[in-house]
Amino acid sequence: MYVAVKGGEAAILATHDLLAEARRGDPAIAEIGVAQIREQLGLAVARVMNEGSLHDPDLAALALKQAQGDAIEAAFLIRAFRTTLPRFGSSVPVDTSRMAIRRRISAAYKDLPGGQVLGPTYDYTHRLFDFALMEGGSLPQAPKAPAALAGTMPRVPDILGAEGLMEPETPPEGDPAPFDLTRQPVSFPADRDVRLQAMARGDEGFLLGLGYSVQRGFGGNHPFAGEIRMGEVSVEFVPEELGFPIDLGEITLTECQMVNQFSGSKDVPPQFTRGYGLAFGHSERKAMSMALVDRALKAREFGEASDYPAQQDEFVLYHSDNVEAAGFVEHLKLPHYVDFQGELELIRRIRAEREARLAPETTPIQEAAE
Amino acid sequence: MQSKEPLARRQGHFAILARAALDEVEAVLADAPAIPPFTVLKQPETGTIMVEGRAGGGGRRFNLGEATMTRCAIRLEDGTLGFSYALGRDTAKARKAAVLDALLQNEPPEGPMHRAMRRLAERQKQTREEASRKAAATRVEFFTMVRGEG
Repeated sequence: MYVAVKGGEAAILATHDLLAEARRGDPAIAEIGVAQIREQLGLAVARVMNEGSLHDPDLAALALKQAQGDAIEAAFLIRAFRTTLPRFGSSVPVDTSRMAIRRRISAAYKDLPGGQVLGPTYDYTHRLFDFALMEGGSLPQAPKAPAALAGTMPRVPDILGAEGLMEPETPPEGDPAPFDLTRQPVSFPADRDVRLQAMARGDEGFLLGLGYSVQRGFGGNHPFAGEIRMGEVSVEFVPEELGFPIDLGEITLTECQMVNQFSGSKDVPPQFTRGYGLAFGHSERKAMSMALVDRALKAREFGEASDYPAQQDEFVLYHSDNVEAAGFVEHLKLPHYVDFQGELELIRRIRAEREARLAPETTPIQEAAE
Repeated sequence: MQSKEPLARRQGHFAILARAALDEVEAVLADAPAIPPFTVLKQPETGTIMVEGRAGGGGRRFNLGEATMTRCAIRLEDGTLGFSYALGRDTAKARKAAVLDALLQNEPPEGPMHRAMRRLAERQKQTREEASRKAAATRVEFFTMVRGEG
């Protein structure tokens, strides 16, 4: 039990000032601008938007500045701000098949309709330091192909689906509105919409570890990256007062479709099974990890054993939220003086009782002598 | 009041304005012969929209996460309603874009604001095409190597 404490106002005010000074660092060095963070630390911004569960690159950049680059603290700031905003509604589900592609690769198919597009990736870099970045001042220019890419490119699982080789992915009867875990309490077993929402806002490191565990044998899926695509997708919304869809602008998304080994029954011939990941911004590791764990969490639906953590929805969903996890872990820092006083008294009493119990055991020798 | 403008064109305007910066919206408004008086029905307001995705791209809907958006509604004296909806938190742009939506409904397609909107749309298209051509320059042909014989 946590018992509140009072006092310390002056010290707390002073720590705020000290924190501001620590955040600023050496005043002889130019202060970093929020726009610089947004433009030049875009992958960190994407992570904060995902784990803060709010798409707004400027706010995510501000959060990173305020949190001195601590991604989880920044996500916490975003979550806190989000609670102050009214919600106007839900978008029309985004259509990733109409994504303006900037990157699209498949590890399963060499020759894809639309082609493989590497885009801006670290995959083929040598991971050697570029010391020129220490100096700065360069203005890189990317080459341009004579023609743009195709306007739409088929998603790889849909290509397999056309042959009937892929587990179909269709909306349930009536295309119901999804569960929203920010407004309703989660219960278990959790449906796929709940799991996907929880993972979309879940900690990248946690999902990465779980995804890795699945690959290493704690879950038994070693899939193919059927497709990873990244680019811009329009967000549409139907305002009540107009009654027709409005294009609100576009956001960058990363989508991952994992193609896993087969499932089938006496009614359904063997098919590949799917794992799906979707994330704000260029967030490939997150989308891939999510897709691995999504497939692992389907164990129950496919009648597989759920022996490992990544296959257990309650374990995954209750521990993937890093703002909640950090809150509970870090609350241990807060004063627990009353609790601890109680523990101290308890241990002293136990020790006293033990001594009292042991004391007579040394006397029987005397007793025997008497 | 029913808009005189075809729906598809008006939707196109919303899409263009959503992607425009404040100064670009102001530049189109500068082509209006005059800005008539208007009433603000709904002050520019920032809130969120829950962005939905579909499992596997085409399956069950799920909530991906929220996004900030800003909306505004105005009415011209002749009763024409103007709206603005866009991602982000730019309230100054929202007000001007709502006025522009109303003015565009009353202007014939050959009018100066419509022409400015088409120029803006063309610039946005060029930006998109440029990004796509840069991506296209990284299109790759992988060859599988045949190892040994037998």
